[in-house]
Amino acid sequence: MKSLLKFITCGSVDDGKSTLIGHILYDSKLLYTDQEKALELDSKVGSRDGHIDYSLLLDGLIAEREQGITIDVAYRYFTTQNRSFIVADTPGHEEYTRNMAVGASFAQLSIILLNAKTGVLVQTRRHARICSLMGIKHFVFAINKMDLVNYDEERFIEISKSIEELAKSLGISGYTIVPISATEGDNLTKKSENTPWYIGETLLSHLENIDVIDDDEDGFYIPIQRVCRPNHTFRGFQGQIESGSISVGDKIIVLPKKEEATVKSIHYLEKEVQSAIKGQPVTIQLDREVDVSRGSVISKDINLKSSRKIIANILWMDDTTLEVGKEYFVKLGTKLTVGTVTRLEYKIDVNSGEHINISKLLKNELAHCEIYLADELAVDEFKNHKTLGELILIDRVSNMTSACGVVNEVLVSDKNSKNIIFKHENLEIEGDLFDEFYYNMENFSLQNYREERIVYKVGDEIPVEGKTYSYPNDFDIIVFRNKAVVEVRGKKIKNIIELSDYSYNNLPVVNGRGFALNISSKEQFETFINEFHSENERLTAKLANKYLVFEKYRTIIFHDNYWII
Amino acid sequence: MSNLTHLDELEAEAIYIIREVAAECEKPVMLYSIGKDSSVLLHLALKAFYPEKPPFPFMHIDTKWKFKEMIEFRDRKAKELGIEMIVHSNEEAIKQGINPFEHGSAYTDIMKTQALKQALTKHGFTAAFGGGRRDEEKSRAKERVFSFRNELHAWDPKNQRPEMWKLYNTKIKKGESMRVFPISNWTEKDIWQYIQRENIDIVSLYYSAKRPTIERDGNIIMVDDERLKILPNEKVEYKNVRFRTLGCYPLTGGCYSTATTLDEIIEETLSAVSSERTTRVIDNEAAGSMERRKREGYF
Repeated sequence: MKSLLKFITCGSVDDGKSTLIGHILYDSKLLYTDQEKALELDSKVGSRDGHIDYSLLLDGLIAEREQGITIDVAYRYFTTQNRSFIVADTPGHEEYTRNMAVGASFAQLSIILLNAKTGVLVQTRRHARICSLMGIKHFVFAINKMDLVNYDEERFIEISKSIEELAKSLGISGYTIVPISATEGDNLTKKSENTPWYIGETLLSHLENIDVIDDDEDGFYIPIQRVCRPNHTFRGFQGQIESGSISVGDKIIVLPKKEEATVKSIHYLEKEVQSAIKGQPVTIQLDREVDVSRGSVISKDINLKSSRKIIANILWMDDTTLEVGKEYFVKLGTKLTVGTVTRLEYKIDVNSGEHINISKLLKNELAHCEIYLADELAVDEFKNHKTLGELILIDRVSNMTSACGVVNEVLVSDKNSKNIIFKHENLEIEGDLFDEFYYNMENFSLQNYREERIVYKVGDEIPVEGKTYSYPNDFDIIVFRNKAVVEVRGKKIKNIIELSDYSYNNLPVVNGRGFALNISSKEQFETFINEFHSENERLTAKLANKYLVFEKYRTIIFHDNYWII
Repeated sequence: MSNLTHLDELEAEAIYIIREVAAECEKPVMLYSIGKDSSVLLHLALKAFYPEKPPFPFMHIDTKWKFKEMIEFRDRKAKELGIEMIVHSNEEAIKQGINPFEHGSAYTDIMKTQALKQALTKHGFTAAFGGGRRDEEKSRAKERVFSFRNELHAWDPKNQRPEMWKLYNTKIKKGESMRVFPISNWTEKDIWQYIQRENIDIVSLYYSAKRPTIERDGNIIMVDDERLKILPNEKVEYKNVRFRTLGCYPLTGGCYSTATTLDEIIEETLSAVSSERTTRVIDNEAAGSMERRKREGYF
C-alpha cells in the first residue's frame, strides 16, 4: 500500500499557492474530465484572458472566486504512481491566518511559497513560524514566479540566504529550496530547461520521496473518549492509542489520579485482541474498579504528569482580544475543562521573533502565557507527547474557538488534588470552607475561588474572616464527604475526629463548604443524623434544603470580571 | 512502529470523530441516505461503540421519489441491525404535489433541505452526522469536520470556526447545531476499497443489471415507476446500467456498465474519467450551486 503524505501550501497573498496545486494536478493528469471542463469554462469568464487559471480548481467558495483570493483552507486528494497525497491549500491574507493554522495543524510537511520578485515577506515569516509552532518538521520553500525574474540564479541565491536565516531562527533543520513557476510549470513535475543551474529534484518528486515518519513517543498512552457500558458486566474505556502498544495483562496507570490496574481485555473495534498499537481505536477493560471517565488517560511505561498549571505558546484567533483573568473552556486531549490565562508573559513578534511585553493579545498574534486549569489533568510538553500538549481555548459566551496552543512546560501544581484542607493522623479532610464566592457579571454565573491551598492541622489558626465569609471564633465543621469533624476554639483547631465519635457541643455547626447547619439542640442533631443515615450517609439535596443556610456565614460579591491572581 | 494502512488510518479517524460526538453532543442523529457513503458511515458507527449499540438514532429524509430498491434496502437493514430508523418526509409539500419534473431546483430545496430542517427541529437534534466527503465538490472541500449551523441551520463559509488537530469544538447555544462529517478525508476509491475489505452490504443499484431506462438531457434515467412520464421523443429501453451515486430516481443519471461484482466496480471507478457527482443532475446547474444550497441548510 502506498504511503500517505499530508501537506499544506502557504505563503503570502498572490504568491500562487492555489495555482501551484492546480497546476500539479493538471500536469499529473489527475483531473477528472468534468473538472477539467469546468476549469476551462471558468477561466473564460476569469481574469486570465482565456488561459487556464489553475487556481480556480481550488478556490471553491463563491466569495473566493469573486475576489480572486483564498479565504479558507481547501483539501485536495490525489495519488501518483508513488504516493497518496492530501493537500491543504491555505489562505495567504493575514486576516485569514487562523484558517492557515487549521491547515498547519493537519500537515506533516509545509510548502511555503515565496515570490521571486519580493523574497521573504512578513507573511512568509509568520507562516513559517506558525507551521513550526504547530509541530511541522519538514519544509519546502518554493521560490515562485521565477519567470518574472528571468530565471535568474543570482536572485535565487539571494532569497535562499534569507530563507537560511529564517530557518535558523526558527530552529527548522529539515528544509529544501526549489525554484519554480506555478503558472508556467517550471520544476513542478518536470525539470525546467529555464533553470539549468538548479540541480535538485522537482517539487513533485521531492514530495513523492521525502520520509516524514515521526520519531516514536515514549511509552504507551490513550486519552479516554468515553465509557462503554452495554450491560452490568462490561465496562470498557474507549479511545485511540496515541503511542506505544498495550497487551492483556499489562500493568497500567490511570491519570490524573495515578491509580494502578491491570488490562483485562482489549477490543480493536469489534474484534477482541491480545494487544493493540499506536493509532488503533480500542476498548480496554481493567481488572478492578478505578476512577476512569472521559478525559482520563491510561498510560504504561511513562511517568506522565497531572497538573493544573501550564506554560503554553498560543495563537490568538478570535476577533475579541484575550483578557488575562477571563475564564475560557479549555480542551486538551479528550478533557474539557475551564481555565484562565493567569499571566501573559510576552508576545512573540511574528517577523523578528522578538519578545514584547503586552497586556492584551490581538487576533493573529502569538504569545507565551501561563494557564491555570479548574481541574487537574494529564498533560505533557508538546515535544514529548503531542496529544497531551495540544490545546484550544473556547469563549464561554460566543463559543468561538478563540485560541490554539502547545504546552511548553508543565508546572507542578499543589499536591492536594483532593482539596484537602485539614489533616490529622490518617484523616485527610476535604473542604471548600475558605473559597470566596463571586457572581461574575460578565457571564452571569456564580464562581468560587480560593487564594491559596493550605493544609491545617490541630493547633493551627484558621482564617475565620474572608472577603465573602465570616465564621464564629468557636464552631464545629462537619465534613460529610469524609465523615469527619473539625472543632475550632478561639480560631484555632482544637481537635479533628471522626463523625461517629462526635457529639453536639451547643456551638454553631457548618458543613465542609461553610454553609450553616440549622440546628440548635442535641435532639435536633440526633434527628438530623438519623435522616443522614437513612439517605445512605449522603448529604442529599433533600437534606441540604431542609438544614443548610447559605447566607448565615457567607455572602456573594458581584464582580465585573472575576479572575484568579 | 505504526503499521496501520491508509484505510486503517481513515477508519480510526472516523471512529474517533463518531465517539467524540457521542461523548460531547447532547442529542445526535446519524443521517442515512441509503447510499454507499451512508452504508460505510453506518458500518463505522456499529464498530465505534461495540459491544454497545450506537447511542443515537438514524434518520432518512425521504422525498418519496427514491428508487424502490433503496427503500427496501433501508427497511431491511434497520430490521436486521436492530437500530432506530426515523423516516421523515415533507408531508405538506407532498400534499401540494411538489415533484421533480415541474419544480426543478425548488424541488430539491423543499423535499430535501426543508424536510431535513423540519426533522432536525422537530426532534431537537443538536448534531447530525453526514457522509459528506471533501473530494466530492469544491465547497465541500472547504468544510470543517464539525461544521457549525446557526439557528436557521445555515452554514457561514466565510466565518468557520478554526479546527485544530483532533480538538473539536462542539459547543453550541440552544437552537444551533452541528453537522459532522466523519469521512471527510475519504476519496471515492477509499470508500469502495473499504466496502470490499469489510464486506459491507450496499444497495443492488450499484451493480449493473438490465434496467428500463430512457435518455433525457444526456443522462440515463431509470423508469422506476409509472410517475415518470415518457415524452414522445423518448423510448424505454432495457439496458445494462448501474449507478455511481443514488438519489431521487428522476434526478439520478446511471451509466452504461457491465460491472456486476465489487471488483469490477472498483476497476471501473479507478479508471473513471468523470468525477462521481456529474451524474447528479443538480450539481451541474451553476458554478457554486452546492455552496448556495449548503448555506441554506442542505447537507
